[in-house]
Amino acid sequence: MDSVKKKVLVIGVIGADVHAVGNKILYHAFTEAGFDVVNLGVMVSQEEYIAAAIESNADAIVVSSLYGQGELDCRGMRQKCDEAGLKGIPLLVGGNIVIGKQKFEDVEKRFKDMGFDRAFPPNTTPETTIEALRELLHMDGDAQ
Amino acid sequence: MRPVLLIDFGSTYTKLTAVDLDAEAVLGTAASYTTVQTDINEGLTKGLALLEEKTGKLEYTETFACSSAAGGLRMVTSGLVPELTSEAAKLASLGAGAKIIGLYSFEMTEDDLEDIRAAKPDIFLLVGGTDGGNKDCVLHNARMLAALRPAFPIVVAGNRAASRECERILEGCEVHVCPNVMPKFGVLNIEPTQSKIREIFLGRIVQAKGLSQVSGLLSDILMPTPSAVLQAMELLSKGCEEERGIGDLVGVDVGGATTDVYSMADGMPEQMNTVYKGLPEPFGKRTVEGDIGMRYSVKGILEAAGTARAAELSGLSEARVEELVAWLREHTDSVPEGPGEMEDLDYALASLAVETAVARHAGTIEETFTMMGRTYVQTGKNLTNVKQIVVTGGSLIHTRRVVEIARHALWSAAQPASLRPREADVWVDRTYILAAMGLLAGRYPAQALRMMKKEMEKHGHSK
Repeated sequence: MDSVKKKVLVIGVIGADVHAVGNKILYHAFTEAGFDVVNLGVMVSQEEYIAAAIESNADAIVVSSLYGQGELDCRGMRQKCDEAGLKGIPLLVGGNIVIGKQKFEDVEKRFKDMGFDRAFPPNTTPETTIEALRELLHMDGDAQ
Repeated sequence: MRPVLLIDFGSTYTKLTAVDLDAEAVLGTAASYTTVQTDINEGLTKGLALLEEKTGKLEYTETFACSSAAGGLRMVTSGLVPELTSEAAKLASLGAGAKIIGLYSFEMTEDDLEDIRAAKPDIFLLVGGTDGGNKDCVLHNARMLAALRPAFPIVVAGNRAASRECERILEGCEVHVCPNVMPKFGVLNIEPTQSKIREIFLGRIVQAKGLSQVSGLLSDILMPTPSAVLQAMELLSKGCEEERGIGDLVGVDVGGATTDVYSMADGMPEQMNTVYKGLPEPFGKRTVEGDIGMRYSVKGILEAAGTARAAELSGLSEARVEELVAWLREHTDSVPEGPGEMEDLDYALASLAVETAVARHAGTIEETFTMMGRTYVQTGKNLTNVKQIVVTGGSLIHTRRVVEIARHALWSAAQPASLRPREADVWVDRTYILAAMGLLAGRYPAQALRMMKKEMEKHGHSK
């Protein structure tokens, strides 16, 4: 619906991670699903997500990490958001966010403890993330 | 013969250039001392008399002028995030030929207002938020400004969803609404704001700065001098329909108080394994280093580059450098009279001014290692493949070692991450015609371009 302002997402691949393909797929999937997407591309720092979210008054930040260092890269991001005045902004993370065979429930718990609202395991489809965003942003009412 | 008069009202000198459009030649130049206190027309009359001695009596068919008198176009800007909309506001103002005397990010405070009141800017540029993005900051700052009851005009170029409300908040003030300088994240749209700034400069500032009597004489718009130089650089680089330009270039104008750097180049990453970070910068970019200048800001050169380097380049002792620099600050109108330690020092200072200012203007590259191997992160413009350097400014054109000085704009092993030109030809604006040619550029681009190529000294490859 045009009359309803589109929800704004800031997305990107965090840290020293140059995996560009998934990022492009997510950009298209989110745009297709009716979001206004600010795509920061690859090698994004926490500060860049936050700066972009402030200027664009973003509704959520979606962090990708494909190289196993996600846990280190994401640490402290919630606190920085709070500090920057983005209190309560939904933070989502997905990809190959940790190295090795670990039970995803444990991984998820660690990310939630870090202040992330959702953490997704490898092979999550964009549709799953879109579902989660709709729920977090209370978009259940407006059908596409 | 079609003589045209070009005037540059400076803060200390009024510079006049007479050109013949038919012969595409400079007929003569003259400069006369002007002070802000005295009427600006006085300097013009004196200058015209001087010029007439050189060229004989001429019936000018047209007259164009630019001005940096009375401090030039002084602006204060406010944006939201420093690296984003605040940066966009800065790029827009500098590109319009302004001097930025205040730059604010996020919400302005009462203390900031005090500073703004004291600074008395000519124009205030109020931005913040992408279209549909943050409104709070720009609205807050509009309310703060309204409380100041400013006498200066305000250009609003922030989140379009908040523009009209800003206008309402600032009712009773002179407000101009322009499209957002950053409509989408990472996308700049600064041209509409720049032309609005120039328009205001023309209408309002000209009057305020005693140029109104002169303006009856002029055939076309009067613009800020840096804006004229920027136009000349752009024409020289890109060319026009009838005449080819010289391609991408870096221009340096070393003055007594500031050093301006211009680049005409895309500057985006050249390698696939390079990731670009930060705002994409405009093709024609201008930066101003307020702390780098040959006389008033001479101390800034030593602070930025170190006394040791000035000593090394000049062949003087560090103590002697300090001593002479202190003297120069007191005697801002002095020029070296022939060879000697003063000339050696000026050579060192000018070289370091060029080096510092171009390094700050150019982008940087950083090497990082990722799981995918070596990757580079570029911030700002990559100027390594720029093949032309243009130098102008009183302190450069009076020296005999100007090509050596210009060479300091090039890439160096001492600062490998600074993306400065690797090798380039050096063009010297010996007769100081760039601003004048920028004034002609609008109406007579081909003639202006050919005259620049003819009048400037070209020196072959420097590495």
